[in-house]
Amino acid sequence: MHSNAIKLIIITVLLLILSGCAARMAVLPGEVPPMHTVQEFSDDENVSRTRDPWEGLNRNMYKFNYEVDRFVLLPVVSGYEKAVPRPLRTGVSNFFANLREVRTLFNCTLQAKGKKSLVTLGRFVTNTTIGIGGLFDPATSFGLRRENEDFDRTLEAWGVGTGPYLVLPILGPNTVRSAGGFAVDGAVRWAIMNSIDPFGGTGARTELETGTTGLETVDLRYRESFRYYDSDYPFEYYMVRYLSSQQRELKTLR
Amino acid sequence: MTIFGRILLGLFLLLPACAWGDGTGYGYPIGDSFASSILGTPRSLRPNLPRKAPVTTLVLETDQEKPEIFFCDRGLRYTVAFQHHRAPLVFLIAGTGASSKAPKVVALMENLYHAGFHVIALPSPTFPNFIINASTTHVPGNLSDDAADLYRVMEQIWSQSKGRIEVSDFLLAGYSLGGTEAAFVAKLDEERKIFDFRRVLMLNPAVSLYSSVSQIEGLLDRIPGGPRRIGAFYNRVMAKCTDFYRKGDFVAVDDDFLYAAYQGHLLSQDEAGAVIAVSFRISSSGMIFASDVMTHGGYLVPKNRELKNSDSLDDYFWASLHLSFLDYFNEYFVPYFQSRHPGLTEEELLEALSLKSIEGYLDSSAKIEVITNEDDFILPPGELDYLRRVFGPRLKVYPRGGHLGNLEYRENIAFLIDRLRSSTW
Repeated sequence: MHSNAIKLIIITVLLLILSGCAARMAVLPGEVPPMHTVQEFSDDENVSRTRDPWEGLNRNMYKFNYEVDRFVLLPVVSGYEKAVPRPLRTGVSNFFANLREVRTLFNCTLQAKGKKSLVTLGRFVTNTTIGIGGLFDPATSFGLRRENEDFDRTLEAWGVGTGPYLVLPILGPNTVRSAGGFAVDGAVRWAIMNSIDPFGGTGARTELETGTTGLETVDLRYRESFRYYDSDYPFEYYMVRYLSSQQRELKTLR
Repeated sequence: MTIFGRILLGLFLLLPACAWGDGTGYGYPIGDSFASSILGTPRSLRPNLPRKAPVTTLVLETDQEKPEIFFCDRGLRYTVAFQHHRAPLVFLIAGTGASSKAPKVVALMENLYHAGFHVIALPSPTFPNFIINASTTHVPGNLSDDAADLYRVMEQIWSQSKGRIEVSDFLLAGYSLGGTEAAFVAKLDEERKIFDFRRVLMLNPAVSLYSSVSQIEGLLDRIPGGPRRIGAFYNRVMAKCTDFYRKGDFVAVDDDFLYAAYQGHLLSQDEAGAVIAVSFRISSSGMIFASDVMTHGGYLVPKNRELKNSDSLDDYFWASLHLSFLDYFNEYFVPYFQSRHPGLTEEELLEALSLKSIEGYLDSSAKIEVITNEDDFILPPGELDYLRRVFGPRLKVYPRGGHLGNLEYRENIAFLIDRLRSSTW
C-alpha cells in the first residue's frame, strides 16, 4: 500500500517533469515555426545560474502558492491587520524573530563564526529579558545588529552546492539545499522544544504549538510584501528565480 | 607638480562645482544624463509629504478572452488616489512598459494628491496587462489607436468612479511615451468632449516614437560585442556591483548603495547608458511576448501553440530580450498594420508615430504644455528645437535631469503642480 503511493508520486513527478521538457522543444510536429527562436541567440552568455530541471513542477507550485495566497493567506493577513493593532503586530514579529535567534546561534556556532555567535547570544538574552520574552527589540538600539544564519548557509559554509531551484508550497522560491536546511532548522527547533518541555505533559502543548505555528505563518506572510503575479510581467517567474538567487548571494556577503 | 598638472587639477575640482552652480540657479545636483536617469532625485531633495496618500489599485473587468498562461489576469489594473472633497481630477499615463503603480507613477500620485487633486493612473498601452485587456488590436505602438484605447478606458473608469468622488474639472498628464500619448488623447478629447481637459502636461515626451527608441537602442552599440551580447554585459555589470557591495559596508542594495556606486565611478558612461537600454529591453520583451500570444502572431511562439501554465517560457524570454524594439517594429508591427490597411507605406506609418502628425493641433492648443530637460537622451538632435518651435512659451526646459531623473526634484514638482492649477500659461 505504502510503496504503491510512493510509486504513484514518482510517476506523477516524472510525468510533470517530462511534460515540462516537451514544451522546451522549439517546434513540435504540426506547428508553424515562429519567426525567431532562441537558437539564433546561442552565442550570448546565459544570465541565470540557477539550474531549474523541474521547471514545469515549479511553475505549477508557483501557481498553487498564488491560489493559497489569494484564497487563504492574504485574507487571513488582512483580517489580522484589521483585528490586531500595529504595535502588537510588531510585538508578534519581534517575538518570532527572537525565537529565530536560536537558529542563528546554533548555525553561527556550526560555521565557527565567533563574533556573530556572541552578538546573537547577546541579542537573545537582552530581548528575552529586557525585551519581555522577545516582544520588544531593545538589542538593536543597543547596537547589536540582527544576524540571519540558517542551516542553508551552514551547508554553504561546508561547501555543499545549492542544487536545483525548487518552489516549495507556501514557502515559495528555494533550492534543494535551502529546503533541506529549512527541514533541519525545523527539526532542531522541535528537539529543543521537546527537551525543554515547558508544559510538562499537561496536554496544552499540542494546541499551543499548532496555534504558534499558525501565527508564525501569518506573521511571515504579513511581513513579506511579495505578491505572486503582481508584476503582470509575463516572465515574472524568471525574474523571481534570478532575484532570489541574487538575494541569497548578497546575504552571504554580509 | 607642473603648471599643467595644477591647471588640470583645478579644472577637475571645478567640474562638480560647475554642475551645481551653472548660473541657471537650478539646484538638481546630478549633471550626467545617464546617471540622473538611473538615480533619480536624492530623497532629501524631494518634497516633504506629510503622510502617505491613499493609493489603491483597482480592476476594470473586461470581457477579453484570455489564453491559459494569463490565467491570473483579472482585468485592467489601474491605480487611484481620491480626495474626500470636490477637487480636480488628473488622469495620469505611465511611460513605456510601466504599470499604474510603477514607482514614478506613485511618486507623482502622492505629490498630486497632497496638492489637492484626485488622481487616476493608467498603465502604459505597452504594458502587458493593457495589451491583454484594453488594446483593440493587441499590437501596441500605434499612437492614435493607443490613444483611442486609453480614452475608452478613461470613460469606463470614470463611469465607475463617478459616484465615489466629486470632480470640478479634468486634467491630463503623462510621462515619457505616456506624455506623447497624452497629446493624442487630448486631441481625441477635442472631438469627443467627454472630459474637456482644462490642461494637458507632457513630461519628458518622445517627439517621434521611432527615433526615441532608436536613441535608446543605440546605447547598446557601445558595449563589447554589441546588442547580441547583452547577457555577457549584464553579468559583467552585476559582478562589478557585487564586488563593490562586498568591499563596502552596505546594509542593502538601496539608494545609498547606488549613490555610492555613482560617486565611486563604478560604471563608465557607456555602461550606464547600456544599463538603461537593458532595462528598456526587459520591459519591451514583456510587451512583444504578450502581443505575440494575444494575436497568435507567430513571432516568437508558434502560431498554433496554446501555452499552458507549466510550459517553460525561458526560450521566449531569452529570444525577446535579444530582439530590439526596432525589430519588433520592422518585422511585426509594420506588417501587421499593412495587412489591415493595404497600401500603407512604412513612411506613412512612421509619420503617424510622431507628434509631427498632429502638429497643427499642438501648435494651436494653448492648454497643452511640455516639460523636459536639455540633456534628455531620448530626444535626438533637433527634436528639442522642434519642441521649442511648436510649443514656444508652453515649453519648459531644465538644464539637466536626463530622462525623468529630476521628476521628483522639489522645484520640478512645484512647477508641475503650479502648471496644473493655473488656467493660463
